[in-house]
Amino acid sequence: MSNLLGDPIVTEEGEFVINVGPQHPSTHGVLHLKIWLDGETIKKVQPHLGYIHRSIEKMSESLSYRNFIFATSRMDYLSAHINNQACALAVEKGLQIEATPRAQIIRILMAELTRLSSHQLWWGCTGLDLGAVTPFFYAFREREAIMDIMEETCGARLTQNYMVPGGVMYDIHPNFQHRVKDVMKQVKKYLHEYDELLTGNVIFENRTKGVGYLSKEDAISYGCTGPTARASGVSCDIRKWNPYDGYEKVQFEEILGTSGDCYGRYMVRMAEMKQSIHIIEQLIDNIPEGDFQAKTKNVLKLPKGEFYQRVETARGELGVYIVSDGAASPYRIKYRSPNFSNLSALEHMALGSKIGDLVAIMSTIDLVIPDVDR
Amino acid sequence: MNNDELKEAITALLPTVTFDETGEFLNALIGSEDLLPLMKALRSQTELHFDYLFCLTCVDWKDHLMMVYHLLSKDHKHTVVVKAKITDTKNPEIEAVTGIWKTANFHEREVYDLFGVKFKNHPDMRRILLDEDWPGYPLRKNYVDENMISL
Repeated sequence: MSNLLGDPIVTEEGEFVINVGPQHPSTHGVLHLKIWLDGETIKKVQPHLGYIHRSIEKMSESLSYRNFIFATSRMDYLSAHINNQACALAVEKGLQIEATPRAQIIRILMAELTRLSSHQLWWGCTGLDLGAVTPFFYAFREREAIMDIMEETCGARLTQNYMVPGGVMYDIHPNFQHRVKDVMKQVKKYLHEYDELLTGNVIFENRTKGVGYLSKEDAISYGCTGPTARASGVSCDIRKWNPYDGYEKVQFEEILGTSGDCYGRYMVRMAEMKQSIHIIEQLIDNIPEGDFQAKTKNVLKLPKGEFYQRVETARGELGVYIVSDGAASPYRIKYRSPNFSNLSALEHMALGSKIGDLVAIMSTIDLVIPDVDR
Repeated sequence: MNNDELKEAITALLPTVTFDETGEFLNALIGSEDLLPLMKALRSQTELHFDYLFCLTCVDWKDHLMMVYHLLSKDHKHTVVVKAKITDTKNPEIEAVTGIWKTANFHEREVYDLFGVKFKNHPDMRRILLDEDWPGYPLRKNYVDENMISL
């Protein structure tokens, strides 16, 4: 017996072969998983990628150093600011310039607002994946306010394209500071509701505790980063390890878990939201006066050589590797995306679990598929 | 370890290695045939202990292909970039490092998909992003696509 794709439905060993996706609500995008099942137990998982591969690396080879940055907003669209920041920093490294002090603070503020809003969306979707519909609406209540701030200053809600080499594209909107303060007040007031809705919920705990275990050694070997690795006790926050844009002057804690299961990853992200708020509150009244953009030439040319920049997005470590041959566009660009490596550990986490647990594992890795496919 | 100590340790493992320190990291340039024994030693020796492969990619320099491995040690906090030169651009081949770092599995499949480098002893050598029957390897400099419009 075979399915429409011509694959056998039952293997010779008696294992069921099922396809999840590419269009499936719990994969958060067009991810296709082929799963071998013994009853309800997962025996093998094979991710099939590339449904939205846009070949951003190839495209960048024919774009200028100003233009290629904008394509990266479409990679991890929930961390668009931080992707742009990584590219801007890599170009700045090549040009041996730095963003102005005012731009650096604006960049950190925007990056942390992005991280906060990304974690909020993840929190809502995790609830949705595990059968709790209400959290989604609560998460969007504050997320919308953050998106409005982004729209006011950057002119876009999702693909902001705000960071440019040398600083940011425009100065912040006059309303920016007081609106951010208002939103932070609101988020802090409502953050306990997040805990009341999901964290202590018995059904939620039973579905996530002890599920999808990832050991510390495996997390490093699989190249996992971000909350996925930190829940297993791997210290990997680039903001602490290789500070950029003045993160060394900001006070915050790197959140580390020990359990390495879905619940651990959940708790790490919940704590990271509080840290992001903490960072924003430190900086929002201390934006220095001055230029928002350093002076750069119209046509940017990087000297011959290689430049590598690592940043911490909401999902983990993003690496931008630029190889320059001295021309006005990069010779080769590689994006080492956090989701690509995190996804490679999915099979390891899911083996031996029940099929229903796969949804919990996928949603706590917090996959964004355009970032996997690029 | 600082860069000089790293250079000494790596030269002890592979005398033919050459170094390039012009960039941000220490670059160790080797031939593709020396890759696997060196990588195994870099991972397993306690004073080096490069346990985290944070980037694996390839660069097409037209007359040769360069495999680039960014390695970091979580314990010792030192970094090295190993570059393995593949001279045969028609049938590029190199040993897989998937057995040493599991993250290499997906990254090597990506390099195979976009550059056509075959990895020997890789457990699952299939294309990862493009279709199995896609003609050519898009990130190679000699790749021609008639539908591509240059801006």
